[in-house]
Amino acid sequence: MLIRSPRCHEPKPSEITPESLFRRRREFLRVSAASLLLAPAALHAGRLEPGREIVEEKNSAFSTSEEQTPFDKASRYNNFYEFGTHKSDPERLSGDFQPLPWSVQVDGACMKPGTHDLEDIIQPHKLEERIYRLRCVEAWSMVIPWVGIPLGSVLSRFEPTGNAKYVAFTTVYRPEQMPGQKRSVINWPYVEGLRMDEAMHPLTLLTVGMYGRVLPNQNGAPLRVVVPWKYGFKSIKSIVRIQFTERRPPTSWNLKAPREYGFYSNVNPDVDHPRWSQRKERRIGDFFKRETLQFNGYAEQVAQLYTGMDLREQF
Amino acid sequence: MRRGGAAKALLFCVCLVPLGVLFWRGFTDRFSANPVEDITHFTGDWTLYFLLITLTVTPLRRLFRWNLVLFRRMLGLYAFFYACLHFSTYLVFDHFFDLRDIVDDIVKRPYITVGFTAFVLLIPLAATSNNAMIRRLKKHWRTLHRLVYLIAVLGILHYLWLVKADVRTPVMLGIVLGVLLALRSPYLKLPRRGSRAA
Repeated sequence: MLIRSPRCHEPKPSEITPESLFRRRREFLRVSAASLLLAPAALHAGRLEPGREIVEEKNSAFSTSEEQTPFDKASRYNNFYEFGTHKSDPERLSGDFQPLPWSVQVDGACMKPGTHDLEDIIQPHKLEERIYRLRCVEAWSMVIPWVGIPLGSVLSRFEPTGNAKYVAFTTVYRPEQMPGQKRSVINWPYVEGLRMDEAMHPLTLLTVGMYGRVLPNQNGAPLRVVVPWKYGFKSIKSIVRIQFTERRPPTSWNLKAPREYGFYSNVNPDVDHPRWSQRKERRIGDFFKRETLQFNGYAEQVAQLYTGMDLREQF
Repeated sequence: MRRGGAAKALLFCVCLVPLGVLFWRGFTDRFSANPVEDITHFTGDWTLYFLLITLTVTPLRRLFRWNLVLFRRMLGLYAFFYACLHFSTYLVFDHFFDLRDIVDDIVKRPYITVGFTAFVLLIPLAATSNNAMIRRLKKHWRTLHRLVYLIAVLGILHYLWLVKADVRTPVMLGIVLGVLLALRSPYLKLPRRGSRAA
């Protein structure tokens, strides 16, 4: 057996810049310069107290200028089966949930595994507002101003190794605080995953807030992911574990109905859900439906992640 | 005055209460963020409830000798009424009369296929729900109206096949329907139509 020991002049696999990032070099430089200027303002603890105004940078180039869904609707119409299967359940039944203190276990193929307090995870980063479209697999959509950090910049700190091909996420399991978990509608805990390049993509947001403030419990407090070009269920909520894996991790809806929910679950008007069409969607607040866009309108940014893939097969 | 005239008038109003509730929710801003979905679900639910209520008339007579046959026609017509509202919501707000989309749905989506079939089958039943048609169709009328059993089964399937994971409600309604159909079984030795206990 040949065992290669890395030479010092060779870059560690974790240091290799993903191609998609490399191609965004200019943008990266611009954003980095801005962060250097603004970073000191962000260096204080206790940023995630409830109700606190937490946005540190607005006007992201990734934000849409479409009309935002009112907070009232985005916080009262949720699919978060941990609190119940009706859309109104999460808002009604999440009052007992304790989002703080919170820690996240990081493990798998990385150089710096460990359990980290939420504040420590976000501490070095600036909290950005990103106004994204959210497209649910049920054919409705919203426009939500999230607050967070590009997931990639957080993941890099854990120094994923070359074996890290995927990132797996796990939602907290607390049936005493999450009444929906008392019934096994889904096999708890909820799990999700992304391919490494999807997780590192600058659009993918590790999210701690929305509408300028800390996330309400029903929207996935205190820590969730938002992947705007995928159906909403990929954007896993209340994350307690991040694991770097070599093999594709299991994902909850795929386990529940493999024919209906694929691993990728990219928004795609041409690939119907077996039971309903994905060609159109109802934007919350509208009466009539509108056309659904390829990759939820983010094709320009993400289509290159899937070149050469048959999106009908790999749905 | 016709038989049961006052009671029928009362029932007529009672059956409109769900529609009233729907309007009240609309005017007092009690819908969720997705009112079209609320209206679709609400009118769909009430179609099924009215179908099941209509199917309760015969078992009640056989079990307890409560004769509510006088009201059965109105209950059945109300099932059709709520089904029309349900279908119109779909037609207007989901597809805005886009025939291509609708045909696509009916052909490709099993839950729409069965739901639409159930709706179409309700039409001849509603159209023949009057004394003149009963006289004209004679014994065929009863055969035709046995379609309601199929319609109810399709209606429950329509519900069952559209939910993502939580099948509690459609399963519960399915059990109710199962019981109502089982109570019609000739093996149960319940008093039949027209028979008298000695």
